[in-house]
Amino acid sequence: MSGKIPIAKTYKLFINGAFPRSESGRTFSVDNPEGELIANVSQASRKDFREAVRAARSAQSPWASRTAYNRGQILYRVAEMLESRKIEFVELLKNIGLNSKAAKSEVEEAIHRWVWYAGWSDKYSQVLGSVNPVSGPYFNFTVPEPTGVVGIIAPAEPSMMGLVSRLAPAIVSGNTVVVVSQGQSSLTSITIGEVLATSDVPEGVVNILTGDQSELLPWMIGHMDVNAVDISGISPETDHTLLEEASLNVKRVVSRKVEEESLELISDFLEMKTIWHPVGR
Amino acid sequence: MGNSNSKDGSALEDFGIEYASAIESTSLVNIKDNYGLFIDGDFVASSSGKSFETLDPSTEKSLSVVTEASPEDVDRAVQAARVSYEKYWKKMSGADRGRYLFRIARHLQERAREFAVLETLDGGKPIKESRDVDLPLAAAHFFYHAGWADKLEYAFPQRELEPHGVVGQIIPWNFPLLMAAWKLAPALACGNTVVLKPAETTPLTALLLAEVIRDVDLPPGVINIVTGAGETGSAIVEHPEVNKLAFTGSTEVGKLIQRSAVKRNLPLTLELGGKAPHVIFEDAALDQAIEGVINGIFFNQGHVCCAGSRLLVQESIADNFIDRLQKRIELLRVGNPLDKNTDIGAINSKAQLERIDQLVKAGIEEGAEVFKPSCSLPDNGYWYPPTVLTGVQQSHRVAREEIFGPVLVVQTFRTPEEALEKANNTPYGLSAGIWTEKGSLIHWMAERLRAGVIWANTFNKFDPASPFGGYKESGFGREGGMHGLGAYLKNTGGSS
Repeated sequence: MSGKIPIAKTYKLFINGAFPRSESGRTFSVDNPEGELIANVSQASRKDFREAVRAARSAQSPWASRTAYNRGQILYRVAEMLESRKIEFVELLKNIGLNSKAAKSEVEEAIHRWVWYAGWSDKYSQVLGSVNPVSGPYFNFTVPEPTGVVGIIAPAEPSMMGLVSRLAPAIVSGNTVVVVSQGQSSLTSITIGEVLATSDVPEGVVNILTGDQSELLPWMIGHMDVNAVDISGISPETDHTLLEEASLNVKRVVSRKVEEESLELISDFLEMKTIWHPVGR
Repeated sequence: MGNSNSKDGSALEDFGIEYASAIESTSLVNIKDNYGLFIDGDFVASSSGKSFETLDPSTEKSLSVVTEASPEDVDRAVQAARVSYEKYWKKMSGADRGRYLFRIARHLQERAREFAVLETLDGGKPIKESRDVDLPLAAAHFFYHAGWADKLEYAFPQRELEPHGVVGQIIPWNFPLLMAAWKLAPALACGNTVVLKPAETTPLTALLLAEVIRDVDLPPGVINIVTGAGETGSAIVEHPEVNKLAFTGSTEVGKLIQRSAVKRNLPLTLELGGKAPHVIFEDAALDQAIEGVINGIFFNQGHVCCAGSRLLVQESIADNFIDRLQKRIELLRVGNPLDKNTDIGAINSKAQLERIDQLVKAGIEEGAEVFKPSCSLPDNGYWYPPTVLTGVQQSHRVAREEIFGPVLVVQTFRTPEEALEKANNTPYGLSAGIWTEKGSLIHWMAERLRAGVIWANTFNKFDPASPFGGYKESGFGREGGMHGLGAYLKNTGGSS
């Protein structure tokens, strides 16, 4: 030890590109496996969630309007920033209980995965879209478009690989997201938020709330301006009847294996649009 | 006029034109006095003994008595579909499944006129539509999907997929046979077996399809058809051994189905309501745009989920456009659906007629001006004249709620940005129309309209190769095209 007292990080929420505390003033503590306090983390409220959705909605259309190439570059920039903070992530994962090898491997795999999705930005439309041979004098084609605002429940573990696996496929196509993360994974989620904040990702594209999943999930499921929810990360004890409220605005409800890597995950948050035009002279 | 049901408006006489009626013969159609449920390859009675009448909405006369499927009957149908899935359908090659679908397509083509007349009798739609749209498209859907049955690995490369098993399908009354085709063809092509419920006001063409299913020797239980209303539908939705649900109908019922399915993580596709904006720019080819607007809202009496029910017309041409539109509406022929001249047939049911009437009255109370042509309507049956509401505000009920009838709501705009803002200001997102001669404007609008189907300089076009389905509260999943197949297959593991 150099003798100086270490400076601990304050973990706050990530809303619209800024790091505010919860309007409720609440925090919860996250301990390491030895029971020692790592941090007091902001505990987001319903109002914080509402602010986050507002930010995500404002950011959605501009983000979707970026060229696919540009979104790909921004996502790749995120990978660069993750790479440069690799040691921090490894230390963080070790701090919440992983051994050194597992921590290193998770961080490397997570960065690899992020790069994989970054490269999809200007390709999925070609793979998933089509020109359709209709029987008539019409040009008819189908293109994918982002669904809109997506709510994501961050998986408890693996905390880094889990969130990267949910987040990257949602935003690569132009969706914006509100993530809810709880417990130890909150630390990883907010640290990813810090990476996003310094990676040219426009403000509001990704918003991360830490708090109590059971408190925030009903608001996410019932919110009329959330178009889709990814519940892959919900706790096993969650009462599934609360998902009924997704029908209020016919939300798309997605549940996948936490660590799946697939083009289908991009599809989960796309709408297919088909356009007809006559052919003639 | 030879036919008392087909009274044309005075406008026609002003032009010195009068149409002789041209009634399609019903001699091809042999409607039975009563129909059982089609379960495991046979027509069977209900455990409950309940039944209901199906009417000709243009005369209110009873056509037949149809069995109401109880939850026990639905269970029998699901069990039959399960056994059939395990015993025949799962083991059958894609090529052979395709051959059955080809056969069904051919039988529909061969008996097309019979089906068309029956569709018109039971549902009230003009014969020219059932003959020229419903039947050719229904056959085409089976034909298109037949060819997919042995090529699914080309649609989804690098994915290990298999059918869901037993699929429950609930369809509406606006395109009874066509909706059955949209549902059955992809489900069967992908290797599922089916329990299908047609709507209670239009069960007859589905029951005639059951005859075709027998004639083509489809293994028993692959398709089961249970007739009934909401209670029968919920028995399908709630059945624990149904592996996937597909519903086309109102957003209200769709939401109830989603409530039930989502907590069980049950695969679901929903094709729900709409309130489609139909946007006319000042440089549009106006004669064609008028025809497009007419077709957009009056096709099938406006009983179309993707109907162009909100006309957004640029302010600079609005007066002229609405004037021409009204003149054109005067020429529409409302009356006997079996008359080949008829443009607008009967409203499908009394309940629907009351809903249309109630919403239009609400629109007038909220300040809309109403235009109805001078046509007279037949005395018996359910009828509503083609109607245009102008002076409508975005907040009015008629601008927000789906009327599902021959009622067009008109608003104006000045700039493309305003058109877009108004067009997207709806919880629905099924379809949208654009009329302009400017190509870049078409693409600018098409990119920004939040709807699953965009018709530019055309409207209400359908094709089995063209994916159809909604954004937002108009539902999720697509029907038709390669994209429609995905809903009837599930992952078994490997994917990348």
